[in-house]
Amino acid sequence: MNYLDFEKPLSEIEGKAEELRALARTTSGMDVSKEAEALDRKAETALRDLYKNLTAWQKCQVARHPDRPHCKDYIDGLFTEYTTLAGDRAFADDHSVMGGLARFNDRPVMVIGHEKGNDTKSRIERNFGMARPEGYRKAIRLMDLADRFRLPVITLVDTPGAYPGKGAEERGQAEAIARSTEKCLSLGVPLISVVIGEGGSGGAVAFATANRVAMLEHSIYSVISPEGCASILWKDAEKMREAAEALRLTAQDLAKLGIIDKIVPEPVGGAQRAPKDAIEAVGKAIESLLGELSGKSRAELLADRRRKYLEMGSKGLAA
Amino acid sequence: MNWITNYVRPKINSLFSRREVPENLWTKCPECGTMLFHRELAANLNVCSACDHHMTMGARERMMSLFDGGIFSEIKVPDPVVDPLGFRDQKKYSDRMKAAQKASGAKDAMLVAEGEIARTPVVAAVQDFSFMAGSMGMYVGNAIIAAAEHAVKTKKPLVLFSASGGARMQEGMLSLMQMPRTTVAVQLLKEAGLPYIMVLTHPTTGGVTASYAMLGDIQIAEPNAQIGFAGARVIEQTIREKLPEGFQRAEYLLDHGMLDRVVHRKNLREELATMIRMLMSLPPPIKGDLAPPPPPPEPEVLPTPAESEG
Repeated sequence: MNYLDFEKPLSEIEGKAEELRALARTTSGMDVSKEAEALDRKAETALRDLYKNLTAWQKCQVARHPDRPHCKDYIDGLFTEYTTLAGDRAFADDHSVMGGLARFNDRPVMVIGHEKGNDTKSRIERNFGMARPEGYRKAIRLMDLADRFRLPVITLVDTPGAYPGKGAEERGQAEAIARSTEKCLSLGVPLISVVIGEGGSGGAVAFATANRVAMLEHSIYSVISPEGCASILWKDAEKMREAAEALRLTAQDLAKLGIIDKIVPEPVGGAQRAPKDAIEAVGKAIESLLGELSGKSRAELLADRRRKYLEMGSKGLAA
Repeated sequence: MNWITNYVRPKINSLFSRREVPENLWTKCPECGTMLFHRELAANLNVCSACDHHMTMGARERMMSLFDGGIFSEIKVPDPVVDPLGFRDQKKYSDRMKAAQKASGAKDAMLVAEGEIARTPVVAAVQDFSFMAGSMGMYVGNAIIAAAEHAVKTKKPLVLFSASGGARMQEGMLSLMQMPRTTVAVQLLKEAGLPYIMVLTHPTTGGVTASYAMLGDIQIAEPNAQIGFAGARVIEQTIREKLPEGFQRAEYLLDHGMLDRVVHRKNLREELATMIRMLMSLPPPIKGDLAPPPPPPEPEVLPTPAESEG
């Protein structure tokens, strides 16, 4: 288990329980189950209390937790017959974006998402979930395919942002993102988006301009990273806590602002503590959001999405 | 005190105080360092006469130089919710806004107007970099939507001049949501079969480049304009190497296939009219019948430091 800095008191309790059990295993005739169970209960209460009122910055840390389930885990857990489709037909296949045909509750769909990887090797291979233009162009191609064959599109968003690289700029990072957002807005099929971790700026919008957008309880979605915002507006990257608070990047604030449609509850202690439960909860959310759109015609789906964005922001957050 | 100070000083003082010196009579070219007199600079459309560097242009100034005889009428932009997040960094966002509005006399970073270019009716939207680094928030989104809706209603093309550091962080996710919102505006034009001409000016970066600024039917940029998604410093830190000369400049983008044309400011009016008239199947513009250039406007207010997404 990887503990975050604010989880330190918890790690001490859990560590003690673990020590006690280890001691009992090596010492015959010693019964520690009562004490260990008491510690377990204490740990559970501590965990519940910690996660009840996470600050915006703590949510950023949870959203970026390395043990959190990633796109691939959700695809494995929620879809059957997943068939990867690769490449942008112009330059390369971007491994930070994965996508393909799959069945969701037996219904054929197109699923696309950012994948961060889960160990050093796969993180490098996935470029830490930071897509290059090829990634967005692959997504455009897959969305287009889905549109022509009347398949709903499900996108899973988890990216620190689009990759800021020399080649990415040369090959039109901005243009690729703009076209991907445009493609989202021109689909005649349902488009459902779930922010499962980090929704990093334009790199996220390119996938998440959807009919319905859901966010996991402790995920974030922001115009800029708190560190980036702090270094520009506070002239001090260490002010990320203040920036995170000011940016209103939590699922709870964004629901109030009418930017997202649904908050998906996470297991106590975050998705990283019980990935299976988190994946299941996301599955239920996708099912209900798809249900809301069932029976709508192509024209209605297009108009629904367009209206949603044109009207967005008419109410502020009176704070 | 002696008789000299008593006698001479008041005279010298009055001599100085009587002269009203405009604050920025001279502008230093940021590229080559030449000092340029404001009248000449304005007559030259804010282009350095020594090195041809295209300096940023205020929105009103741009409109005057764009339309025949400098005549245009403004199109109203719906007011958004003010300071939707109650944002505060070292200063309150509402105070920053008030200061920017006072300094510029403008409401926000975009002006929308209609008029004629070489007798061709056009709707234009101009982003003003001097207003909080031209950052895109709710107002800019509303302005682009209003511009597109007016263009569709009056069946006119839309010419949009971008100049922006990106999304306005102080409006948080609502600023990011201007990416899809402005994309809807572009779609309205496309569906109506009306030309949408983008003119990217220095600098155009971040979420602005990654939305409406890259979706033009025709992509024009001014010479040497910086155009990109990520900031050069961020890229250098990421890849840990120096970027090549001219990286993210208009000519570099042209070479990499991201633009149709790089056009000198003095030729812009004519090129816009020529292309728009072809796209709209109108007869060619009558050359030599263009209205005289507008009188030089007053010196521009110096841009405020950049306050926008990297």
